[in-house]
Amino acid sequence: MKMYGKHRFPGRLFIVEGIDGSGKSTQLMLLKKWLESEGYVVYFSEWNSSPLVQDVTKRGKKKKMLTPMTFSLIHATDFADRTEHHIIPPLKAGAVVLADRYSYTAFARDVVRGVSPKWVRELYAFAVKPTVAFYFRTPLDVAMKRILGGRDAIKYYEAGMDLGLSDDIEQSFGLFQARIIEEYEKMVAEFGLVAIDATRSIEEQQAEVRRIVSEALTGTKKTKVRRWLDLASLAKRSQK
Amino acid sequence: MARFSFFGEALPEIDLEELKGKLIVLEGTDGVGRSTHIGLLKQWLENHGHAVLDTGMTRSALAGKRLKQAKEGHTLGGITMSLFYATDLADRLENEIIPALRAGFIVLTDRYIYSLMARAIVRGADPEWLREVYGFALKPDAIFYLRVGIDDLVTRVLQSTGFEYWESGMDLHMGEDMYESFVRYQKWLLAEFDKMVEVYGFQPIDASGSVEEVFKELRDRVDAVVARDGD
Repeated sequence: MKMYGKHRFPGRLFIVEGIDGSGKSTQLMLLKKWLESEGYVVYFSEWNSSPLVQDVTKRGKKKKMLTPMTFSLIHATDFADRTEHHIIPPLKAGAVVLADRYSYTAFARDVVRGVSPKWVRELYAFAVKPTVAFYFRTPLDVAMKRILGGRDAIKYYEAGMDLGLSDDIEQSFGLFQARIIEEYEKMVAEFGLVAIDATRSIEEQQAEVRRIVSEALTGTKKTKVRRWLDLASLAKRSQK
Repeated sequence: MARFSFFGEALPEIDLEELKGKLIVLEGTDGVGRSTHIGLLKQWLENHGHAVLDTGMTRSALAGKRLKQAKEGHTLGGITMSLFYATDLADRLENEIIPALRAGFIVLTDRYIYSLMARAIVRGADPEWLREVYGFALKPDAIFYLRVGIDDLVTRVLQSTGFEYWESGMDLHMGEDMYESFVRYQKWLLAEFDKMVEVYGFQPIDASGSVEEVFKELRDRVDAVVARDGD
């Protein structure tokens, strides 16, 4: 059991952060496509931790059992499982690991909920420091338009309803996200997050992301079996 | 002045001034008789007119059941397990222990952060990190450390449940069989507990005697804590 901190593993870790509706997941998906086409071994670290931990999180949310502390701790537990199972092993194997949201999400969200900033940073001391952490900087109104336009109903904790900011879920969501943005902005200098202006076109943002990532990839392993993978995915597609 | 304090960073939204009860911890390795004594103490305290809450690891409404299952499956890593236990403890603190203390109960807890730290340290966790993480815990009024030597412990375990996977530290691959592993693992845990005696002010109690003898000493010491003036 180690504090991983600045890792010396042969792989690379790129993560994206930003509020809901910042477009970070789209950017990460496009980055993944490009890395794969360049022949890198890409491992997408999803939030699929142990079913046992997931059950606790889901049940806690559904029954509104979570306090700021237990919300913070159960997400840290989940993140630890993900680190131990889905981040460290591929990094050791030399893969390019991509993660949609990272410990910075917890630093923003938990602190807004009233958890001590110092404590939550200690809590995540085991986390691997990303090679590059992108922060998709978005004004609140832009993100709100994207979210409220398209998606299903906003969920209770996502809207920060537990904070009692407003009885109206959309209003609560806005107030909560505004505070999250303040926390992210503080972290840009603290952790050296690379801020990307997310009001620009998708293509412009992606070009900048790829430029920054490619600089950090010198010496990273590429696969020789790419053709096989392509053939396998083609075969899968034709079966459908 | 509040009688209670936290080890490190405070839990949000808790007013320590409101807490009136007593928080009493029973610590000790596996098979030392903690739960027997908690049962006896509870009865004895209630007979004397005190309201008692007894609690212990993996008993939270939020995470208890799943945490037990996680233990059985042996699939979670060390950091994950430490944090899972911390979630369980935070849920019990906020929803059971603190409300009970507010209402003036005597809270008896079967193990506390010390067991969690000892077990994690033996598995290679950073002690400094553990102290920070568990910093949200309330400092107890007293920690009674039931202690027996390794030979007594082996006899007791053989007479009750036999060697068990976790209690033998089998995940650490320390010995050829469960007996060897148990002895090495429990010796190591004992050493970690012994180190904590001074650091955290444990009150060691020799638990090698009969249940009656051990309980008599424990009862007298608990009585002193309960009688101690609150403020």
